Amino acid sequence: MGETLSTTQVQHVARLSRLKLSDQDIQRYGQQLSSILEYVAQLQEVDVENKAPMSHPLPLHSVLREDVVEPSLSIAAVLQNAPSKAGAFFTVPKVLDISAGGG
Amino acid sequence: MPQPEYKVLIGMEIHVQLATASKMFTGAANGFNEDPNTQVDGVVLGLPGVLPVINRRAVEMAIMVGAALGCAIAAETKWDRKSYYYPDLPKNYQISQYDQPLCGAGTVMMPLPNGETKAVRIRRAHLEEDAGKLLHESGQSASLVDLNRAGTPLLEIVTEPDFSCPEEARLFGEELRQICRYLCVSQGIMQQGHMRFEPNINLHIFEDGKAYKTAITEVKNLNSFRSVERACEYEIQRQLTEFLTDRSAALQAGKSTRGWDDDKGCTTLQRSKEEAHDYRYFPDPDLVPLHVSQDWINRIKTQIPELPMARFQRYMQMELTRKEAAALLEDKAVADLFDMAVEIKQLPKRIANLMLGPAAKTANALTSERGTSVLISDLGVQASQYAKLAGMMEDGTVSASAAVTIFESLCSSTETDPMVAAEKLGLLQIRDTGATQAWVDAALANNPQAIADYKNNPKKKQASLGFLRGAVMKLSHGKADPKMVGELLEQTLEKLG
Amino acid sequence: MAEPLLTELSARELAQKIAKREIRAVDATRAFLEQIDTYDRTLHAFNEIYNDAAIAQADAVDHSLDRGENLGVLAGVPIALKDNLCTLFGHTTCSSKMLQNFCSPYDATVVTKLKAAGAIFVGKTNLDEFAMGSSTENSAFGPTHNPWNTQCVPGGSSGGSAAAVAGRLCAAALGSDTGGSIRQPAALCGIVGLKPTYGLVSRYGLVAFASSLDQIGPMTRDVRDAALMLNVIAGPDAKDSTSWPQPPPDYLRDLEKPPEKIRIGLPKEFFGDGLAAEVSNAVHAAVDFFRNHGAEIVQVSLPHTRYGIAAYYVIAPAEASSNLARYDGVHYGHRTPHASDLFDLYAASRAEGFGPEVQRRIMLGTYALSSGYYDAYYLRAQKVRQLIKDDFDGAFEKCDVIISPTTPDVAFKLGAKSSDPLAMYLCDVFTVTCNIAGIPGMSVPCGFSSTGLPIGMQMLGPVFSESNLLRLARFYELAHDWRTRKPAIAPSS
Ligand SMILES: [Mg+2]
Ligand SMILES: [Zn+2]
Repeated sequence: MGETLSTTQVQHVARLSRLKLSDQDIQRYGQQLSSILEYVAQLQEVDVENKAPMSHPLPLHSVLREDVVEPSLSIAAVLQNAPSKAGAFFTVPKVLDISAGGG
Repeated sequence: MPQPEYKVLIGMEIHVQLATASKMFTGAANGFNEDPNTQVDGVVLGLPGVLPVINRRAVEMAIMVGAALGCAIAAETKWDRKSYYYPDLPKNYQISQYDQPLCGAGTVMMPLPNGETKAVRIRRAHLEEDAGKLLHESGQSASLVDLNRAGTPLLEIVTEPDFSCPEEARLFGEELRQICRYLCVSQGIMQQGHMRFEPNINLHIFEDGKAYKTAITEVKNLNSFRSVERACEYEIQRQLTEFLTDRSAALQAGKSTRGWDDDKGCTTLQRSKEEAHDYRYFPDPDLVPLHVSQDWINRIKTQIPELPMARFQRYMQMELTRKEAAALLEDKAVADLFDMAVEIKQLPKRIANLMLGPAAKTANALTSERGTSVLISDLGVQASQYAKLAGMMEDGTVSASAAVTIFESLCSSTETDPMVAAEKLGLLQIRDTGATQAWVDAALANNPQAIADYKNNPKKKQASLGFLRGAVMKLSHGKADPKMVGELLEQTLEKLG
Repeated sequence: MAEPLLTELSARELAQKIAKREIRAVDATRAFLEQIDTYDRTLHAFNEIYNDAAIAQADAVDHSLDRGENLGVLAGVPIALKDNLCTLFGHTTCSSKMLQNFCSPYDATVVTKLKAAGAIFVGKTNLDEFAMGSSTENSAFGPTHNPWNTQCVPGGSSGGSAAAVAGRLCAAALGSDTGGSIRQPAALCGIVGLKPTYGLVSRYGLVAFASSLDQIGPMTRDVRDAALMLNVIAGPDAKDSTSWPQPPPDYLRDLEKPPEKIRIGLPKEFFGDGLAAEVSNAVHAAVDFFRNHGAEIVQVSLPHTRYGIAAYYVIAPAEASSNLARYDGVHYGHRTPHASDLFDLYAASRAEGFGPEVQRRIMLGTYALSSGYYDAYYLRAQKVRQLIKDDFDGAFEKCDVIISPTTPDVAFKLGAKSSDPLAMYLCDVFTVTCNIAGIPGMSVPCGFSSTGLPIGMQMLGPVFSESNLLRLARFYELAHDWRTRKPAIAPSS
């Protein structure tokens, strides 16, 4: 575990996080994140051999709903908070790189 | 340049939209062709504070397909978030299954055109949610977001690279579509995107006793069988050419993603390995694991009908042609109707002829007239009617041409009994020996030249017999039994000595 | 002028008097609204106040009662909601510029339940942006002040709700608790705060911070009100797959029954270095009270407590980084006015919309989940999480309840810890393990410092032991007069 983040690493994480940061922000967050990670590094000293990861506090499983249609929101409610719309659509700046999606 | 010897390896990822009533994780309708953003609730829109709840039917459909593909169904499965930013993905993560898919490895048998079957290994199949749609209208400065498709249950099926040519990849796609249609988990309408294919292709090239493996390319989002085949063909040639011209590039490039341009008929690079996404998968804390009991699996398995593959083999035993069998199997309702009719009357060939002849013709005519698909099974003609009509043909009650007319009247009038229809139409064959002999005698009297040819010219013997048979049928206005006509005609000709 | 004493009544007393027609709901509501009007410019507990709507709601309650209708158990009681609970009325901002203008098209399940119980909503309270913080200073709309000393923080992230309840600006409030966000401000403001067992209260409509840790809970002036509020909000919800399917008990039923044969566990890890002497003394005095009333006091050990903060600050930011990905300026929320392409739209909208603490945690969580680091951070933290849970399971074999301080110290001055995020995180040392293990935890007032600031003790129990915790706390509360003390707030000028 590298406890001190390089500028490149912080920039990479900011990019993954979709945060547009100034060089100054990168510096400051870099220092703060490094000190937090340094603290967090103590997890490495814990013996977790044979421990299963705990994703849920309760032993719940198999929670399902029946395949029943419930009302959709009205188009007005769907677009109520839209920062930008055209007719019944949300709009975004023209997407040129159509490969950017996942799958 | 001489072409080296090479082997093609193609695997496929297929996304099948499951035809549930509601979405994967919420109650909004899972509808198609609706007005934009009308099949959207808070969960689909990814509003702050909303939570997903799993659709039981989607899970059952996935288990059904998995079982049909021979997959091992997991006793315990979980849900993971796959993160990437895109405007058609409102939460900017997709709920999917990462390391514990609902359906594990399996093998499915696929018929090949040469009559053999091929084992195709399935690596896994998992459930996830679909994204919405981003529309890029030309000339506009903005892209439009429609979330109707967002949240639709998707079954992602991944095969091993078991296809050794583009045709096999396409055939598998077609076979899978049939399976999904038979299981009623998808209508399989390709134009509506019910199924999307992503073949991955590479070559093993043999040269100087060594094998070289080209880098795998994955072609994204193909939505027709033709494009699957064409894209694979293009990639094989492209990789081969690249190997021959720039060997190190062809071998050392990492796995890459390419897009298919259907107009130009070529693929283009979208993303290389270096810029691969970091999806940051982790278990979705809003969902709990799913336990799948053997009992549940067994109950679901009882809902699996005989699959097209098995039916195909059965129809082959009935001595239908491959073409006939395939045509009947295209739609399960049609194949079911066929099976029911055959159950009543063991005359598969005659029933198939009725269904693929006059019935198919009527259905096609109605389809173009109405502009929506009308199946043979939609004509209102029952299995019992097919069975009875086939029986009437078999025992000579009606002729083949009369059967066509009778069938048409069953479709268009209120008459339901083929026998009554035949009577009303005056199409019952006359099997009276006396009456038939009279037509035979009259026909012979009118055609001395034909008699002479029959007697004296061995080359013309069969043709003149056919001509005379036709003349008899004509005199009888089609009502004479052709078999009886043939017998009496030959007897009489012999007597004429 | 309205009867000033109305605002001194507990929620339960108000509900009973309104039901009996001794008080009109409108008068009670007006009294709290006047308190808000007088003090909220000083405290800034509220992001939004519903003067007219609250009066109209109260008026409707009065009319229903006049017609002899039977209303819910909170009919006419003025309540405040933390502003990360979605409501059809007003805005739901999470104290973030990102959601400054956001209106929810649906109500959170707890809001639906409160409505059905007849509660009056006087406003939505301030919080650390997206509930990330321990002081309510990380609010895009400015900090909330502690009613006991307006120079001090109220704690966080439910600081607005805590200050509103302590300052008598509402009869009771809801908060949310991911790592102590109900209990810590309750302690620093001298009120009762209960974080229920994970899954007892539906999270549907709570704007998610860390889904596997978040719980909604009551913040009240006394323990009985906490039981009353919990009765209203607890229970299974088909919209939340993580909600516990069994119906909860009636938390008021045996509340006043003196507890018997109680074994109290004192974890040595919670009484070590860094604990203020006054806090330690107050908690020990409370423990002595229980001992004097027949409780058996046992030493227990929760050895992995020391890794609690580290595990928490991996798990919570990781989940948060994913939960907050949806705020991108596309479908709702802040959108930058100057974006040239899609990436810029995302990155600039998010950088403008989120404050520094939120950005920090998003990056921390993104890092912990990213390729190559997942196993070392997230996966490992989840394994440590299991060890922390195992510690509690072991301890609860020896005792029925664990008592500890809620916070290492009393409320600190505004700005005192702003420059050092890690120092702020360490304030959560006693509260985070409860969320990590999913068990219920309460903070109950147990004294005051020499500077007049409240001290809280934390009571932790096994899953679904809320009845027991409430009963014990009620027994303690009735023998002390902490809850009757009232902060002297300087009216806003
Ligand atoms: Mg989005
Ligand atoms: Zn997929």
